[in-house]
Amino acid sequence: MKTDDLIEMLAAGNGTTAAGAPGRRLAAALGWGALGALLLMAVVLGVRQDLGRMALEPMFWAKLAYTGALAGAALIVVLRLSRPGARAGRAAAALALPLAAMWLLAALALGGAGPSERDALVFGTTWGVCAFNIALISLPLFAALLWAMKGLAPTRLALAGAAAGLLSGAAAALVYSLHCPELGAPFLGIWYPLGMLIPAAAGAIIGPRLLRW
Amino acid sequence: MDGAEDRLRRLFADALAGDAAAYRAFLKDLGAHLRGFLRKRLERLPDDIEDLVQETLLAIHNQRHTYDAGLPLTAWVHAIARYKLVDLLRRRAAHEAMNQPLDDEEEWLATEETESAGTRRDLAALLARLPDRHRLPIVHMKLEGLSVAETAKRTGMSESAVKVGVHRGLRALAAMIREEA
Repeated sequence: MKTDDLIEMLAAGNGTTAAGAPGRRLAAALGWGALGALLLMAVVLGVRQDLGRMALEPMFWAKLAYTGALAGAALIVVLRLSRPGARAGRAAAALALPLAAMWLLAALALGGAGPSERDALVFGTTWGVCAFNIALISLPLFAALLWAMKGLAPTRLALAGAAAGLLSGAAAALVYSLHCPELGAPFLGIWYPLGMLIPAAAGAIIGPRLLRW
Repeated sequence: MDGAEDRLRRLFADALAGDAAAYRAFLKDLGAHLRGFLRKRLERLPDDIEDLVQETLLAIHNQRHTYDAGLPLTAWVHAIARYKLVDLLRRRAAHEAMNQPLDDEEEWLATEETESAGTRRDLAALLARLPDRHRLPIVHMKLEGLSVAETAKRTGMSESAVKVGVHRGLRALAAMIREEA
């Protein structure tokens, strides 16, 4: 087939396309993925019984804001990396803000604590499972987001895969907050990001293979 | 340079609003620019140029929903062309060719070649390998110029199945190119 024939073929009929389709596709993936993550968390780990009491703690809300802000920044990065020619620069820098805020809180908490309390602030009671649980909960989100991104047009595939992984990790951390008993800022500043980095690293590795279009 | 951006942008906006003639003009213009852009970068793989022009045009068509009207069209097209070029070089494992600089996004507009060389791959042959539910809508609508309703009547498919068939068929065609190369 000659190139002119291909052009005739592509131009024939209707070239219209729905505006805002990329956003809708990602929103659908995020919605279904979050539903899967919630179910996985509720079935495998269980929602906290004392959620009502937890809701009285300011740090519980700080935790939700922290994971929510990370997920929001990661979503913007994902949206940008899904489109050819758009740069992720400033959106990626926004990821550092919630992290810096949590580390500031962590420094204050550690500074105000006696030497004997510091271990508890850093390790809590669940440091051994936290990152693993977040990575586990991120799986449905991760799969859905990779599906959505493949239908768009990422041009830097390792970076795009990492961003999809990071978003699924951050959203999973938000969901995990409904199970997790930890409220120490040092704990949240260390183990939560570690959990998010697991799917992000996986995305960077499998992105170049899975996201090709 | 701005002239090309403005012209392409206007044509593309009309095309997305349903103007087939504008879309044809847009793709022709783009094909010429792509040919010039790729000829310079594929000096060692001259036989691949026209195949890659076709693959890139098909990719631009299939991925046209990812264009954000707020961003320069040039940057969008350049990113796609560059992606397809790098993808081809990777597939060929042509490490030497990868050392050729991939220049900035303005530059591809500076060259233009309307003369198209032959292709090695025949899209028509690939098209023939698609399943009927994809192939028939493309043949009737895209090659014979029938409407959705006429295509639906002739194939016994529903109108929405015809539209989905065209869309998925062209994506499947792009996937076949990817697998084959």
